[in-house]
Amino acid sequence: MDYNFYLSTMWSVLKALPLTLEIWFFGIAFGLIIATGLTWLRASGSKFGEYFTRAYVFVFRGSPLLVQLYLIYFGLSQFDFVRHSPILWPILRDPMYCTIVAMALNTAAYESEIFRGALRAVPVGQIEAAKAFGMSAFTRFRLVTLPIALRLALPAYSTEIILMTKATALASMVTIMEMMGTAQKIQHDTFRPIEVLTCAGVIYLLLNLSIARLFAWVEYLLSPHLRPAPEQSQQIKPVPEVL
Amino acid sequence: MTSSRWIALAAVALTCSTPALAKDWKTVTVAMEGSYAPWNQTDASGKIVGFEVDILNDVCARAKLECKIQAQDWDGVIPGLTAGKFDIVMDGMSITEERMKTIDFSIPYASSPVAFLADKNGPLAQMSNSGKMIDLSKDDAESKAALDTLRKELTGKNLGLQVSTTEATFADKYLKDVANVHEYKTTDEHDLDLMAGRLDVAFADTTYFLGTLAKPDAKDLEFVGPQFKGGPILGPGIGAAFRKTDKDLQDIYNKALKAALDDGSVSKYSMQWFKIDITK
Amino acid sequence: MDFLNSLMDQLSTAYELLAAGWGLQLLWGIGWTLAVTAVSMMIGAMLGSLVAAAKLSQRGGLRFIGESYTTVFRGEPELLVIYLFYYGGTQILTGVARSTGSIGSTDILNMPSFLGGVLAVGIISGAYQAEVFRGSFLAIHRGELEAARAYGMSAWLRFRLVIMPQVLRLAVPGLGNVWQLTIKDSALISVTGVAELMLTANKAARSTHHSLLFYTVAGILYLVMTSISTPIFDKAERYTSRSFLRPK
Repeated sequence: MDYNFYLSTMWSVLKALPLTLEIWFFGIAFGLIIATGLTWLRASGSKFGEYFTRAYVFVFRGSPLLVQLYLIYFGLSQFDFVRHSPILWPILRDPMYCTIVAMALNTAAYESEIFRGALRAVPVGQIEAAKAFGMSAFTRFRLVTLPIALRLALPAYSTEIILMTKATALASMVTIMEMMGTAQKIQHDTFRPIEVLTCAGVIYLLLNLSIARLFAWVEYLLSPHLRPAPEQSQQIKPVPEVL
Repeated sequence: MTSSRWIALAAVALTCSTPALAKDWKTVTVAMEGSYAPWNQTDASGKIVGFEVDILNDVCARAKLECKIQAQDWDGVIPGLTAGKFDIVMDGMSITEERMKTIDFSIPYASSPVAFLADKNGPLAQMSNSGKMIDLSKDDAESKAALDTLRKELTGKNLGLQVSTTEATFADKYLKDVANVHEYKTTDEHDLDLMAGRLDVAFADTTYFLGTLAKPDAKDLEFVGPQFKGGPILGPGIGAAFRKTDKDLQDIYNKALKAALDDGSVSKYSMQWFKIDITK
Repeated sequence: MDFLNSLMDQLSTAYELLAAGWGLQLLWGIGWTLAVTAVSMMIGAMLGSLVAAAKLSQRGGLRFIGESYTTVFRGEPELLVIYLFYYGGTQILTGVARSTGSIGSTDILNMPSFLGGVLAVGIISGAYQAEVFRGSFLAIHRGELEAARAYGMSAWLRFRLVIMPQVLRLAVPGLGNVWQLTIKDSALISVTGVAELMLTANKAARSTHHSLLFYTVAGILYLVMTSISTPIFDKAERYTSRSFLRPK
């Protein structure tokens, strides 16, 4: 067992972990913003909103992320007006930003469907009660719909976020030396693909387990009402006499 | 599983596998990228054609072998060869000591120095030593000076090259700490990015760039800076790659290749595809 | 006006390139993609049902194996799994065949690209299918299984008459999702050299420098494939649920 080799490989791959996390984090953050926009557009009730979001979800869920990435990175740079645009080119020029954009657009499609399902799953009774209380639409949304929907969406959303860690590996196809790219380079130089890839696999596994554990904890924090009440172990103090 | 089950499993796998077990060489599978013009490229009908295809057909005719060409991405050629997916690799591969640790090479059939390509109107159009050929095997003051100038001029610039090539090793050794090196899966990709302006300079074989410059959308590109050849990193030339265990196949191939080199056939193909004789 | 002209130019170049032979190659690419996906789904179905059974078993050890399988193969990047099977498969096959003497000690038993890629994607889809099957099993009414036991049905009979038909019915929507997922994962098999759609689009884009055209066409073709499967799976769902749906 060539421990030195495994350790040095894992260390080299770990050095690329910050880059992987960067892609992952910003992909999720921007994806969340876009997904919120899409969900709002869909919920607004306009015909255009509905058709646009349905088309968007269809395109971005129906095609592989790799195709979307290549299209954004290589395809768009073919156009003169993109290359000379002062807004688009600084973003599309950098492979890092291109990857983040591709991942954000892709995950937003899945996330908007998750949010849509969560919004529909909010118990109608709660909303009716809120209406009966005379809450305005905004207050209703802020105090009733949003908290419940967030809690309902959390399991599916956390699954999607964990899936995003796998998507970061595709950045290696457009020159970014994140964990997968680093592992591949080591594999090319040493001609030991199985060992290198297994080491990288272990690191990805640990990463995913940590993120999954983190989200399980967040779910736990957000659902105190689903847990049994704590034991009434303390002495109930007698009410002091009031005279 | 009983041993008979293992044999059955192996037999099933054998029937699906390519003939990597042939010891009396009648058929060989040769891997080429199919996207490394003009050494090997894919035409619109899906057939692979090019300089190396012509050499291969010539050599196989002389050696009375049936040669099948298989497309394989560059970064999988050496692992694929050692794993037995094919028997020979012809893909503009430079003979280097590092590679010779794992595989064997035929006698060289071409030499191809490495060069830099950049935009005529870009920041690197005025690189020094333009057009000079630096032979790194001499390891003298001239090559050292050329490398120093190169490092200075490429500081902070975006350089593109293909993964797992001699250029990548060169860049790792001399340029990694000064330039932003981007490694691409294929040479076409760094060409595309050079034309798009993401890269300031691309770094690949001279002969490959000759093919790139022949395309109409490369009219703004030109060779810049010195060309390098020789030395331990770049190697003495381009050869076909074989597994170390296939010495008999290497002998057959080398005999036929030598005959083709001696009677000028390879030079003929070279003139046809490169317009220059790269066997020298 | 200028934009329209250049658009017409682009479209005519596109037509030329596609007609010259690339179009046909892309169609072959679709064929290979569908072949890879179909075989992977079958491998995944076999593995998935085994793993689902493991996850539902009483034995903690089996449950652990099942959970590890689904955690690992849903969590690892597909690219990594594909590379592992492509390069590692040959090493394993060779080792096994050499040790049983089926081949000589210096020979190599090759793992073909199609087989390696399909095994990798099959194992990944198996992890997703295991979850689908497990969910479908848990959705079967407990009462039916109890009644079957009360009748004295053996485990095999219970499986054949109660569990399997129900699981197949309930799993159809989930399997439709996994099918679409597997079509998209097949794009990554391009790294092994199988001439499926993604690789063909790559080759075309790189040698003609028309990336936008070919990647857009590839994207559209993937959309066509995934969207055609939707009505097919809807039909399958209606067919398998035919005794449960109210007449229209």
